[in-house]
Amino acid sequence: MVTYIIRRLIWAVVMLTIVSIITFAIFFLVPRLAGATSESLAARYVGRTASAEQVKIAADKLGFNDPLIVQYGRFAKGIVAGADYDYGPGVERCPAPCFGYSFLTRLPVWPDLLDRLPVTLSLAIGAAVIWVLAGVATGVLSALRRGSLFDRAAMGVALAGVSLPIFFTGIVSLVIFSYGHPFRITAPGGSFTPFEENPAMWAYNLILPWITLAFLYAAGYARLTRAGMLETMSEDYIRTARAKGLNERRVVVKHGLRGALTPILTIFGLDLGLLLGGAVLTESTYSLPGMGKYAIDAITNQDLPKVMGVTLVAAFFVVFANLIVDLLYAVVDPRVRLG
Amino acid sequence: MSFLELKDLRIHFPTDDGLVKSVDGLSFTLERGKTLGIVGESGSGKSVTSLGILGLHKGGRARISGEIWLDGEELVGASQEHVRALRGKKMAMIFQDPLSAMHPFYTVGDQIIEAYRIHNDVSKKVARKHAIDMLGRVGIPQPERRVDSYPHEFSGGMRQRAMIAMALSCDPELLIADEPTTALDVTVQAQILDLMRDLQRDFNAALIIITHDLGVVAELSDDILVMYGGKCVEYGTSDDIFERPEHPYTWGLLGSMPRLDREPTERLMPIKGSPPSLINVPSGCAFHPRCVFEERTGGRAKAEVPELLETEGGHLVRCHLPRERRRAIWENEIKPNLEAS
Repeated sequence: MVTYIIRRLIWAVVMLTIVSIITFAIFFLVPRLAGATSESLAARYVGRTASAEQVKIAADKLGFNDPLIVQYGRFAKGIVAGADYDYGPGVERCPAPCFGYSFLTRLPVWPDLLDRLPVTLSLAIGAAVIWVLAGVATGVLSALRRGSLFDRAAMGVALAGVSLPIFFTGIVSLVIFSYGHPFRITAPGGSFTPFEENPAMWAYNLILPWITLAFLYAAGYARLTRAGMLETMSEDYIRTARAKGLNERRVVVKHGLRGALTPILTIFGLDLGLLLGGAVLTESTYSLPGMGKYAIDAITNQDLPKVMGVTLVAAFFVVFANLIVDLLYAVVDPRVRLG
Repeated sequence: MSFLELKDLRIHFPTDDGLVKSVDGLSFTLERGKTLGIVGESGSGKSVTSLGILGLHKGGRARISGEIWLDGEELVGASQEHVRALRGKKMAMIFQDPLSAMHPFYTVGDQIIEAYRIHNDVSKKVARKHAIDMLGRVGIPQPERRVDSYPHEFSGGMRQRAMIAMALSCDPELLIADEPTTALDVTVQAQILDLMRDLQRDFNAALIIITHDLGVVAELSDDILVMYGGKCVEYGTSDDIFERPEHPYTWGLLGSMPRLDREPTERLMPIKGSPPSLINVPSGCAFHPRCVFEERTGGRAKAEVPELLETEGGHLVRCHLPRERRRAIWENEIKPNLEAS
C-alpha cells in the first residue's frame, strides 16, 4: 500500500511535469508563430515609454533570447523556488510558486489565482454536495421504483439536465429567481462573500450558481446511480441480506448502494477535479470572479502568463483528483489489490 | 401440528407471456431435527418454494396462496415485517454460490456480526466473539484471524463454511440449504455435507436441502420430495425413494445418477427431453412427453392431471400407472438395470 502510494505520487509529479512542458511550449511558441519577437514580449514588461535600447536589454535580462529549454527550466524553477525578474531598472523578486507576471496588470499571477481559488472552491464543492445527494437519492429511488411515474419523470428531468447547457439553465434561473423577478430568492450574480466573512451571505450569493451547476451534474449521477442500483439490487448478496432479516432500508443503503458506489466515486473524482480548475460557463453566466472567469478574461486579453497559470492549476487538480480516486478504490473495493 | 407444514402452497408469477406456475399446490411437513430433501431439475419450483417459505419470492409480482405454518404461526398471510423478524432468526438460508451470495465489500466477520446483531441486542465486541466462535464451529482454521478476511480471500469450501456460520449465527430452528454443494469442488462437497449433518444434530434444526442431485440427499435426508413442473410427483422416506421408487421421473433421476459402485463401462441413463415450460405446461401429467411408460396409461397421461395418491405408509406418488404395474416395472425393468454389471 505504501509503495503503491509512493509510486502513484511519483507518477503524479511526472504527469504534472509533462503537462507543464506542453503548456509552456504551446504558450511560448504560439506568440512567436504569430510574429512576436523577444523585444515585443519584453516591451510588455518594461512599459511603453522605454527606448528600444532599454527594451533590448530587458529582453536579454528576462531571458527571452535563451533557447526554449533554458526558458522552461527557469519557468519550472520559478514555480518550485521562486524567481528574480531583472527588467532593467531593478530586480523584482517573485516568490514561489511563481507563475510569472500578467502582461496586462503587471502583477504576479499566483496571488491573483489565490484570490480566485476560494470562489471556485466554494462553487464546485457546494454544487458537488448538492448534486451527489440529489443525484444519488434520485437514482436510488428511480431504481427501486423502476417503471413508476417517479422513475419516468426523474429520468425525463435528468435527460433535460444533461442536455441543457449552463448558459441556458443559468439565465432562465436568473430570470425566475433573481431580484426583480417573480420568485426572487437570491441576488443576481457577480458578488461573492468569503465564507469566513459571512457564511449566510456566502451561501445566499452562491445558491443559484450551485443549483444550476448541480442540476447539470445531478442528472448524470441520477442515471449512473439508477443503472448501478438496478444491477446490484439483483445480485445474490442482496437476497442474502434479506434472508438475514435486514430491513429494506439497510438492504438498499448498506448492501445495494454500497455495491453501486465504485463507478460513482470514479466519475465524481474526475468531475470535481475538472471543476476545481474553473467552472467556466457557470462563473461566466453568474459573473463570479473564479478561476474559470479568470481564464476567460485572460484568454480574451491574450494575457499568456495568466492563461498558463490557470491551466497548470487546473491540471494539478485533475491529477490530484485522479490520485485520490485511485487510492480510494482500494478503500471502496477491497478486491482491488494495490502493490 | 408439525414444526413446519406447507398446505397447498401455490406461487404464481403473472408475466406478459402468461401465468408462470412455479409452485402449484405443494404440501409437506417437517419436524425439528429432521431433514427433507427436495429434488428436481432446474425450473421445477424447488428454489421458489424455499424463497416462498422465507417470504423472499419477488413480493410485488408473485401471487402466493395456500398456507405455510412454522411452529404454529401462519406465514402466508403474516405481515412482511413479522416475516422479516423471523428471517435469519427462526429460519435461515444457505445459498448456492457463496462467492456471489456474500457481499464482496464487507469482511466475512462483518457479515456474520451484522446477521447476529439484527436479532440480538449485543455490542459489536460480543457479536465479534460470537462470529469467531461460529467460524471455529464450522471448521475454519484460525478463526480469530480469518474473521477479518474478505470473501474473495477464502477458498470455495471455506466460503461455504462461512456462509453456513452466518446462517447458523442466530441459532435458527429451520435451515434451508439451496444447492449448498453445487458450486463446490467434488472433493469439498462431501466435507460440507458432513458438516451440515453434524451441525444439524448439534442445533436440532429442521433442515431442507434443495438439490438436483439425488446423491446429495441420499445420506442426509429422512424424507425426500421429488418435484416436477411445480408439483410434487413423489414423496416418501429416503428408503421409499431409493428402495421402492414408483414414479417414472424418480427412476429417471436414479438412472442418471453417477455411482462409484458401478462399472466404469456402464452408461448413465439420462432422462430424454428437457424440463417443461412453466407457461405452457404439458396437458395431463406434466411429465408425459418425456415418460418412457406413457403409452401404458392408455392415453390418460395426456388427458388428465394425475392425483398425488398414497401408495402405502405415507409414500405418495403422482402417476396414472396402477400401483401394481409401477412396482412390477421397478422390480423387473428398472432395478435390475440400476444394479446390473
